[in-house]
Amino acid sequence: MQRILRILERDARTSPTAIAQMLGMPEEDVRRVIQECEQRRIIRRHKTVIDWEKAGDERVYAFIDVKVQPAREVGFDDVAARIFRYPEVRSVYLVSGAHDLRVVVEGSSMKEVAFFVAEKLATVDRVQATATYFILKKYKEDGEVLAEPEEDRRLAVTP
Amino acid sequence: MKPRIAHGVQSLPSSGIRRFFDLVATLDDVISLGVGEPDFVTPWRIREAAIYSLEHGFTQYTSNAGLPALRTAIARMLAQTYGVEYHPESEVLVTVGVSEALDLALRAILNPGDEVLIPEPCYVSYRPCTTLAGGIPVGVPTLAEESFRVRAERLAAAITPRTRALMLNYPNNPTGASLRRANLQAIADLAEQHDLIVLSDEIYADLSYAAPHICLASLPGMRDRTLLLNGFSKAYAMTGWRVGYACGPADLIGAMTKIHQYTMLCASMPSQQAALEALRNGQGDRDEMVAQYSERRRLFVRYLNEIGLPCHEPDGAFYAFPSIGSTGLSSEAFAEQLLREERVAVVPGNAFGAVGEGYVRCSYAASLADLLEAVARMERFVRRHAASPARTAVTATSQ
Repeated sequence: MQRILRILERDARTSPTAIAQMLGMPEEDVRRVIQECEQRRIIRRHKTVIDWEKAGDERVYAFIDVKVQPAREVGFDDVAARIFRYPEVRSVYLVSGAHDLRVVVEGSSMKEVAFFVAEKLATVDRVQATATYFILKKYKEDGEVLAEPEEDRRLAVTP
Repeated sequence: MKPRIAHGVQSLPSSGIRRFFDLVATLDDVISLGVGEPDFVTPWRIREAAIYSLEHGFTQYTSNAGLPALRTAIARMLAQTYGVEYHPESEVLVTVGVSEALDLALRAILNPGDEVLIPEPCYVSYRPCTTLAGGIPVGVPTLAEESFRVRAERLAAAITPRTRALMLNYPNNPTGASLRRANLQAIADLAEQHDLIVLSDEIYADLSYAAPHICLASLPGMRDRTLLLNGFSKAYAMTGWRVGYACGPADLIGAMTKIHQYTMLCASMPSQQAALEALRNGQGDRDEMVAQYSERRRLFVRYLNEIGLPCHEPDGAFYAFPSIGSTGLSSEAFAEQLLREERVAVVPGNAFGAVGEGYVRCSYAASLADLLEAVARMERFVRRHAASPARTAVTATSQ
């Protein structure tokens, strides 16, 4: 299962037929494992990595560190849930360190993101403080280096 | 004017690959399956370790035999992986790639006229290096129907009173074949019986897919008659660093070190620092690359068979060695026409010895996308050149 998932993580469009041949296992087994992984939500979705800036769509992203007063029974979970339901919010993590939640927010302008933080995030009950860090340049995202790939420098024919 | 080039060099055939390389350089849009090196660049942690060592002034000669820490790490790795013990002080020599180690080994052991058994097809330098060292290369054929595994009987048939050494290279370039324990044991018995030294080029050892690699020196009695040659080029994608090593009994390694200290002096410091990092922390990167080669291998070999280029499933390295019999072309004609007509570069099998005629070497150290595109182009080519049905049938039955 691990090898199948690794191949799909590298290229989600690799066909079960090709995977079966790559791993030397029957195609039905590959299809069954993928289906099981989808059912058990080990495979959540097959997404595409897009360089939006290159596509001419200038989006603004910011990390928002959020300080939260935890509550009995629920800890930080209820506050996290209030935050992650906004579509503007791309990721939410509970983290160790000076703050409690790290949130990634997406917007069409810095102003839009700043207003979202001021009006929606900072005003959630038990949120005590926020700190906003706008992303200026993305070098690598989810294991994908967002620069032109290095050219193949090998000689064309070598023994 | 007197001839300026020494007779031995004058008569040395130039590499068959060279002419082919010049032709590739004149064409655009070529997918090359002709490359004998990984398509990965050296893992970053290894490159970074070399940069760090330069920043900190490690720019000097090292001791002739190599950095003590590197020799110790090599000995420890061999002991852990294969259970073969070498003394880092006297039985390990760090060289400028396996190429240098091979040259040193041949020069250290051959007297003029000594014969060296070389299973073929084989790496392009075995014959010329033997000749340059004053020896006589004696080719021993390996066959597709025997999965290109050298048979002890065939070796035995080639042994004469002048036979001094045997060259082995498994996993093999260009065929991808590996030897099973029974094969190896039969060869070891033969070496013992005829008192042969075995030069075992195990540069592709880590790229073994079908079964774990068996180190020849790990067989009973073989450690003291084996020169184990290995390096970092293939497993750690470090071809351009030029760093390898030889391990063996102290008298042989001592003799090789003597030549090495007068000719090469030592392998380069940054490369040795990089190699040390590869052994200390590079295993994860290596294993991931090996897994990817193995996956491409199965897919690629399956497609080659489907398009009419029959090919055994290689056990190791990153080469497929399909038969081109269905086209009726010689391997050089096949390679040249495939390149001109479909812009795919492969290496003609006869570059690896006459017995390689009728085959081509295709490297699957290329991205999946390139491999699939190359197969599509090769399929068009094979269809266009399919020999007459009668001829195809004959070839098919001989496979």
